[in-house]
Amino acid sequence: MRTTPSTETDEAGGATPRTLADVPTSASTLRRFLHGLPGVDAVGLEARAASLGTRSIKTTAKAYAIDLAISMIDLTTLEGADTAGKVRALGAKAVHPDPTDRSTPRTAAVCVYPDMVATAKEAVAGSGVKVASVATAFPAGRAALGVKLADVRDAVAAGADEIDMVIDRGAFLAGDYMKVYEEIVAVKEASGPARLKVIFETGELSTYDNIRRASWIGMLAGADFIKTSTGKVGVNATPANTLLMLEAVRDFRAQTGVQVGVKPAGGIRTAKDALKFLVLVNETAGADWLDNHWFRFGASSLLNDLLMQRQKLATGRYSGPDYVTVD
Amino acid sequence: MSDARLSVLKTYKLYVGGKFPRSESGRVYEVTDLKGKWLANAPLSSRKDARDAVVAARKAFGGWAGATAYNRGQVLYRVAEMLEGRREQFVREVADAEGLSKSKAAAVVDAAVDRWVWYAGWTDKIAQVVGGANPVAGPFFNLSTPEPTGVVAVVAPRESSFLGLVSVVAPVIAAGNTAVVIASEKAPLPALSLGEVLATSDLPGGVVNVLSGRAAELALPLAAHQDVNGIDLAGADADLAKELEVAAADNLKRVLRPQAVDSDADFTAAPGTRRLTFFLETKTVWHPTGSLGASGSAY
Repeated sequence: MRTTPSTETDEAGGATPRTLADVPTSASTLRRFLHGLPGVDAVGLEARAASLGTRSIKTTAKAYAIDLAISMIDLTTLEGADTAGKVRALGAKAVHPDPTDRSTPRTAAVCVYPDMVATAKEAVAGSGVKVASVATAFPAGRAALGVKLADVRDAVAAGADEIDMVIDRGAFLAGDYMKVYEEIVAVKEASGPARLKVIFETGELSTYDNIRRASWIGMLAGADFIKTSTGKVGVNATPANTLLMLEAVRDFRAQTGVQVGVKPAGGIRTAKDALKFLVLVNETAGADWLDNHWFRFGASSLLNDLLMQRQKLATGRYSGPDYVTVD
Repeated sequence: MSDARLSVLKTYKLYVGGKFPRSESGRVYEVTDLKGKWLANAPLSSRKDARDAVVAARKAFGGWAGATAYNRGQVLYRVAEMLEGRREQFVREVADAEGLSKSKAAAVVDAAVDRWVWYAGWTDKIAQVVGGANPVAGPFFNLSTPEPTGVVAVVAPRESSFLGLVSVVAPVIAAGNTAVVIASEKAPLPALSLGEVLATSDLPGGVVNVLSGRAAELALPLAAHQDVNGIDLAGADADLAKELEVAAADNLKRVLRPQAVDSDADFTAAPGTRRLTFFLETKTVWHPTGSLGASGSAY
């Protein structure tokens, strides 16, 4: 289904881009390309995501998937009430998710606000756990570009290994794709060596077509990861929107050879949900993405459920919330 | 045309988290009366149903334990009112399940309703019986207060399908615990109907969860479950009880062993407060009073 606003007029003079490199040369070629992407079959997409969610994963495969999921978590705390103590506790948990079982893998990263990066860095020092920081006036992204870039540089200077930026949804929804694109390019430059995750806030993009367009803008602009949401709005990561983004990264690699990661965030709370997402990854993007370099979960309470499932597999007894930390 | 009316058969379902699900496994088993006549199909629950029931019970625990004792009493009394309204149905089910005459079954149901009322009256009186202000030699108030243990798994009596059931479930929830109940395997219908009564009597969903099926299959994962705080083995035979007690030792559950007093004849006798006080933890608080130190300050 194409969702072309009726007020939109085709800009004159924009030549159809021949290669992907030509796409962002002007606002009109970018628009032409994005609106030329095939429309998303919403019913088919949701049915596909739902049918992949019915796979039964048991015993050794389940144990593997649980460990993989733990290793893919960006353990997140993004609250106004975050304290240095809480961030340190989170870091300790990322390094040793289950202190009673040292065979538990570490999480991929901890994800905090920029002012907590230095504290987090110290808490996970030497463990291989990365520090991700949200930036660019997260979660709304309503600030001037200069402020956003300063936010990013701040986080990188404090030692962030990864930057989670939000796109300007207002500009995107108003059809100003070039502004969104250029902002991502600027942030990518400001992030320097840090890997850049671009958050689309899919819950605010209204349609699947928009999510597909946003994914392509992000990838064209040089995102290392595309990420569903901030976790701060009503609709966060769903199997359907993640499946759509996985299709986008698969297609992008097929066309350019560049691999881009995917990070669903928000609303994934149970091990069962996490396993469903892993099935989506394997069946859509392929086994190349089954690694925490290319796929992440933005989550906090998910880890406890994974640990309880892990304890159940190890001991045969159902575990309970008394046996994991209260975050 | 004078076709005989087709009777509408009832689908008995589990009662978990305030809802009436079928077993996750999709299994059922045939429930018969003592002569072998088919009565209904009951869900044959799996260990995953037990797991879900524990999650529901844990979720309900905070609200139920935190409600005032008086409020819990009101809710339990409301349950008794609803039971009274369904008296005919329970008389029929108990008569079928236990092979009793109608009048004897009616007496059993009446006794069960009365017992429920009796426990309803106890909710706001337990604290006075097992708690209180202790006289101590020092400038302290010393107060003991009972608190509910948590999620309690209840293996309901095998023979006494209704009076026995009420006699083990009511005290657990009267004390403020939440319960996962494994109904009598051969006579589960009164227990499943009790779920329908509980659903319509202000009892928050999840406070009582009723599972039907094989006691051994369901009780073992519950006994080993790390998030269950106590287990009542009333309906377990000697071998099963031993096995469950071993499994329950791992997280130091409170275990109420089956005793002679649980045999059927005794459910008609006055129950006393043993079950009511068993799943309680009595907490004692020392609170300083009077002068402390040289300054004579009260603080």
